[in-house]
Parts: sequence; structure tokens; C-alpha cells
Amino acid sequence: MSGHVISTKLYVTIWIALMCLTVITAAVAFVDLGPLNTVVALCIATFKALLVVLIFMHVKYTSEKLTKTVVISAIFFLFLLLGLSMADYTTRLLG
Amino acid sequence: MSDSTAAVEHAEHNDPALLHHFATAQQQRDTASLGMWLFLATEVMFFGGMFCAYLVYRYWYYNEFAAGSRSISIWLGTINTVVLICSSLTVALGVKAAQLGKRKQLVSLLLATLVFGVAFLGIKGVEWYQKYEEHHVPGRSFDVSDIIRDYPQIHIDPSHSQLYFSLYFAMTGLHALHMIVGIGIFSFLTYYSWKGKYGPEYYTPIENGGLYWHFVDIVWIYLFPLLYLIDRKPLR
Repeated sequence: MSGHVISTKLYVTIWIALMCLTVITAAVAFVDLGPLNTVVALCIATFKALLVVLIFMHVKYTSEKLTKTVVISAIFFLFLLLGLSMADYTTRLLG
Repeated sequence: MSDSTAAVEHAEHNDPALLHHFATAQQQRDTASLGMWLFLATEVMFFGGMFCAYLVYRYWYYNEFAAGSRSISIWLGTINTVVLICSSLTVALGVKAAQLGKRKQLVSLLLATLVFGVAFLGIKGVEWYQKYEEHHVPGRSFDVSDIIRDYPQIHIDPSHSQLYFSLYFAMTGLHALHMIVGIGIFSFLTYYSWKGKYGPEYYTPIENGGLYWHFVDIVWIYLFPLLYLIDRKPLR
């Protein structure tokens, strides 16, 4: 046994999806969506990152639950850093 | 644990690729992968500090960030994103070639990854040189009068523009440094793959090197919209 082997077809499908999303995100940036431009760009980026983490980095197929715990806690602590910092900086003028 | 299980485990320890403190090859692989993920978690926090600084200053000086973002080449940025995604595919297929013991395929996929990695840095160099020629590198010769002239409808404070370009160079620079380290790791992996060191029973360095490469790709996936696409819509 040598770990989970993923089909070449799936890898290529993910690659095509990532390429399409790259072109879409660059094209959508030129369309005026108001404040939604940033939201759309970040949603596309997160979806691309998710595809890379789950398929290319094999997180979807790992039997080791600790790996998933580490991935989720890394994201959690990043949001803690960004979320709490911005909660401070964006409300300073209110007081 | 029963005696019979222990006996089975000891029998398996005759495998030369399996270290004595692991019960099975699968456990050994999972452990190595977990260690790599812990390292990547620290990398998330390493880059996270920069992303945090970026968010705070972008919130404060949005006009200067938007105008600065317009001045960098979206073409070079998009092409570089495509190059990195292609390199991620060759890495993923390389790990698969190692799992299946296809040595020649593994070596050619790793070489393709190196070509994409060097191409990325080359394109990045062209982009940085453009910024250097435009005097957009923070420092004594920093000058954004061209940006101010191009966008008369936006109020721009040059010192705030300098913050955008400082973050642009720090973030793309730190990312490029990771690419250089990645190219070093992959040169090493290519050499040992060519020597036939990796196969279905032992490919941990390929798997973990791959995790690192994909991580650097993900950082770029976020840097691209945050630095290049802040505000590209037509100005009113």
C-alpha cells in the first residue's frame, strides 16, 4: 500500500478549473460591482485555495484526522489575527 | 494491544524504508505529513502578519492602494498565476508518479516544475524592473507623480502610496524568497529521483516538498487579487 493514488483525470480537471477561475477573477475585476468586487475576488481565491488544499494536497483523502485538525486550526488562528485586528482598527473612529 | 498484533508489527519492521518506531508504512507517512502540515501552519501565521498589515493600511489609505494597484501590470500578474497553477499540476502528477514508481516520469515532472518556478521568478523580475524604472520602489528616488497625473479625480498622498509599494515589494519579495527555497528543494528532489531514491515504498520527501510547493501557490492565489486587482473598474 502506498497511500491514496488520485486519478490523472481528476488532477487535470482541477487544473482546468483553476485556470478558468484565474481568467474569471481577472476579467471580473474590470466590471463595476461596487464593493462586491473585493468580495467576489476573495471568494474565487478561497475556492481556488480549497481545490488546491483538498485535491492537490490530498487533505480530502488523508486518513489522519490530526492533519485536518491542523489545517482547520491554522485557518482559525489566521482569522483570529485578522478578525480581532480589524475589529480594533475599523472601530477606532466610532469612540 | 494483543501479542499477535505486536508480532505482526515486528515482522513488518524488516522493511528497510520503515523506521523502527513506526508500526506501519502508512503510519510513518501520516506522521511525516502531519509534521509538514504543522510547519505550514507556522507559515500561515508568518504570512498572516503581512496580510494583517496589508488589511489595516488598505483600510486606512484605500485611494492610494487602489491607484498603486492599477499601476502594476495585470498581464504579468495573470500570466504568473497561470504559471504557478501549471507548476502545481506538475507537482501533483509528480507525487503520483512517485507513488506508482515511475522514475522517468517523476524526473521529467520535477524538471517541468523547476522550469515553471524559474519562469515565475523571471516574470516577477521583469515586473520589479518596470517598477524600478517608474521610480515606484520605496526609498529616496520614490516618485508617484505619474500616478497622481493619471488619476486627477483621486486624492493621492505620496507617503501613503509608498506604504502600498512597500507592502507590494515585501509580500511579493517574501513569496519570491519562498519560490527560491522551493526551487532549491526541487533541484535536490530531482537529483535524488534521477538516482532512483524514491518509489512506492518511500516517497515522503516528494510528498512533503509537494505540500510546500502547493502552499506557496496558495499564498500567490491570495496575493494576486489583493495586490493586482484592488480596483480595476473604469473610473467615473
